[in-house]
Amino acid sequence: MRLKTLITTTIAALAATFTAANAAETLTIYTYESFTAEWGPGPAVEQNFEAQCGCDLKFVAVADGVALLNRLKLEGEATGADIVLGLDTNLTAEAAATGLFAKHGIDLGNVDVPGGWTDDTFVPFDYGYFAVVYDTEKLKNPPSSLAELVDMQGDAKIVIQDPRTSTPGLGLVLWMRAVFGDQAGEAWSRLKDKVLTVTPGWSEAYGLFTNGEAEMVLSYTTSPAYHMIAEGSERYQAAAFTEGHYQQIEVAGLTSKGAANPLSAQFLSFMTGPGFQDVIPETNWMFPAGKTDKPLNPDFGKLVQQSKTLLFSAGEVEESRKAWVDEWLKVMGR
Amino acid sequence: MAEGDGALTAGENARARLAETGVWPGKMTLAFLALLCGGALAGLVIEAADNWRTAFALFDAQTMRIAGFTLWQAALSTLLSVLPGLAVARALSRHPAFPGRGMLLRLFAVPLALPAIVAALGVLALYGRAGFLAEPLSLLTEGRWPGIYGLGGILIAHVFFNLPLAARLFLETLETVPADHWRLASQLGMNGRAQWRLIEWPVARSAMAGVSGLVFMLCVTSFVIVLTLGGGPAATTLEVAIYQALRFDFDPARAVGLTLLQLALTGALVFALARIGGRFFEAGTLSVVSRRFAAPGKGETIANTAVLAMAALFVLGPMAAIVAAGMQADLVRLAGESAVLKAAATSLMLALFAAALSAALSLSLVSARYRLAAARGRYGRALLLERLCDSGAALILVVPPIVIGAGWFVLVRHVGDVFAIAPLMVVCVNSAMAMPFVVRTIRPAHDAAASRHDRLAASLGISGLNRLRLIDWPVLKRPLLAGFAFAMALSLGDLGVIALFGSEQVQTLPYLLLARLGSYRTADAAGLALILGVMTLLLMTFAGRIGDRR
Repeated sequence: MRLKTLITTTIAALAATFTAANAAETLTIYTYESFTAEWGPGPAVEQNFEAQCGCDLKFVAVADGVALLNRLKLEGEATGADIVLGLDTNLTAEAAATGLFAKHGIDLGNVDVPGGWTDDTFVPFDYGYFAVVYDTEKLKNPPSSLAELVDMQGDAKIVIQDPRTSTPGLGLVLWMRAVFGDQAGEAWSRLKDKVLTVTPGWSEAYGLFTNGEAEMVLSYTTSPAYHMIAEGSERYQAAAFTEGHYQQIEVAGLTSKGAANPLSAQFLSFMTGPGFQDVIPETNWMFPAGKTDKPLNPDFGKLVQQSKTLLFSAGEVEESRKAWVDEWLKVMGR
Repeated sequence: MAEGDGALTAGENARARLAETGVWPGKMTLAFLALLCGGALAGLVIEAADNWRTAFALFDAQTMRIAGFTLWQAALSTLLSVLPGLAVARALSRHPAFPGRGMLLRLFAVPLALPAIVAALGVLALYGRAGFLAEPLSLLTEGRWPGIYGLGGILIAHVFFNLPLAARLFLETLETVPADHWRLASQLGMNGRAQWRLIEWPVARSAMAGVSGLVFMLCVTSFVIVLTLGGGPAATTLEVAIYQALRFDFDPARAVGLTLLQLALTGALVFALARIGGRFFEAGTLSVVSRRFAAPGKGETIANTAVLAMAALFVLGPMAAIVAAGMQADLVRLAGESAVLKAAATSLMLALFAAALSAALSLSLVSARYRLAAARGRYGRALLLERLCDSGAALILVVPPIVIGAGWFVLVRHVGDVFAIAPLMVVCVNSAMAMPFVVRTIRPAHDAAASRHDRLAASLGISGLNRLRLIDWPVLKRPLLAGFAFAMALSLGDLGVIALFGSEQVQTLPYLLLARLGSYRTADAAGLALILGVMTLLLMTFAGRIGDRR
């Protein structure tokens, strides 16, 4: 009979493991991995919002921004997400076209991004500029432009992200396109030898970089701020590129399921205010896109200033994303 | 058979009755396997019918390149595993007794027990650009060591797994050489080269096709190694491309096309293997020591020592790197972390269920096959059902876990939450995956016991559960437990189906490891790899011990 008890308890335990208790007042947010990491903005944002709403905020993390959109497409109408946080302007047109997002209907008075913001479906929460970050101890002569990076001599390597899963990865594809135009494919074939590996998400790439596997990584102009502020180190720096840096504006949107949950709109409003925005600079290491109460740490002033901002419109990206990613895949797959 | 029915002897009648009563669990197992594969195929076909243009439009240059790379890396891996494996096996067989030989054989058994993700981390910790060997290796190259992402890393990891396997298989073959041959060789005064040419090579050659075929097959269907060490689209195999089509591009139609291509490939390979007589899972025990009459000369001894030392270092290296890297992690914190504990609990639970299911399925097939064979007597022809029972367990080789996962993934997507059925998928597929191994463990004991007890049990009228409890269980306990532990170890370390179905809802240890690797916490990943490696090794050792003590 002991066997029977064992089986019963195992089944009970198994059931308990897989049935998450669902509180009545819950807001579910799908986001990318580095957002929910303990060093990311997730924990503080959760605490601040829960204190305000008296509800339970639940994060569900996937590898990176593009994977977020894939996950949503996969789940379709049955998605568990109220809010999807972590897409960027390169994906908004395609995301809106899925018909899975509802209008946000909130006041955008707090929102502050370069170029202004009028979108009625997505709300920005931070922005930044892609950059090649390098290790000053291992690379004495960093490239000063994409063209130089592509034709770099020597054995220095860069880790990049997969544009099929990662918004920085997609960002680099667009950046190359913005600089090289129709020659982008050819430029990729020259860059290919310098790519150590292609990771599915930003965090893995950055981890390999700080581990010493590579001299360079595709990240943001703001990444060195982390090493200056949190580690007091100036070892890792962003290379200023003369062609300009590609801009990323990260956004959140509410799903048609989330539109029925009053907490969703409340969160989006909260997102544009200090409770969220004060957390962003020193956890997500991006520029805030809303109202803050705290000034930026002065170390942000030491960062590379982009000479020129590059950005395709959401429509342009939607039209060409697949073709450009396929081009990348073709060259990198050779 | 029809004319013979009336003339059945009493014994044959009894056997026929036995066959009728004891075959239904086997039939159910076959139905289960058919459902598992059939459901997946149905999912794929439905998806392809919806979208057949996209599904088949993919036979473009890129897909062909992926298929080409799949075969190319497998061919290279096979070459690099089988030839050195043969050299190692010969060195071992030429020196049947030296201190540490047993240890060496046990060392060569370890990679089989190591989860692929753990081995991949070990290889990276050793040969990566920031690895333990990066400095010395940089001396070999101009400038800094370029690292091993891509073909290099894939080959190293595949050889790490398959060289020891090939060596063990070849050694087993070489030890079948009868002692008479050696006596004769020594009487004729043959030197080492002549012995190789006249005695050892002919034997090894007969096993060559089977061993190469097995290794080739394992490398064609390799998933985790290519996923973690491939380093980008240039080094992608079909299995990884299927996974990416589903999880990266969310392009089910493309996944269907790739899956059909993969099925065609594995199907053709298994067919070819069956033709050349490949033996799939017969890495048996290696305790037989044939007495030798000719001792190898001094020069040969030195050469053999070098071969063995190199092979041992090669296999030991990544394992040592796992331990060294894992010790740097904060193991105490890790072991107390709730995510780790939960993943460990989930892993153990799923592995327990998968192992139990696998043992039950295997036993039912083994028993049904025996009964059907006994019922037809020695000279009758094996019918389809019996043949299915014989080879059904190997089905999973033709239809790799990722393919089954992909099929069910696209099917379930239409009706509900894909991620919620993860536990069910993992248990079913992992149990099927372990069946070839479990069948091999229990079949000899079962058949021997059945031939002794069947008539007695029939004449005493003991059947059903009573028979299982009183007669079969005492004999089958050990082999069943060994198979169970083996299946559990396999399932515990598996990162196939869970890579597709895993989500925050259901995480196993290997999945958590992959996630930690992907989230900037390589020290955690190394620590988890060590924990996981130790867990599977303990289970495998237990399986080995209990299996040998008959």
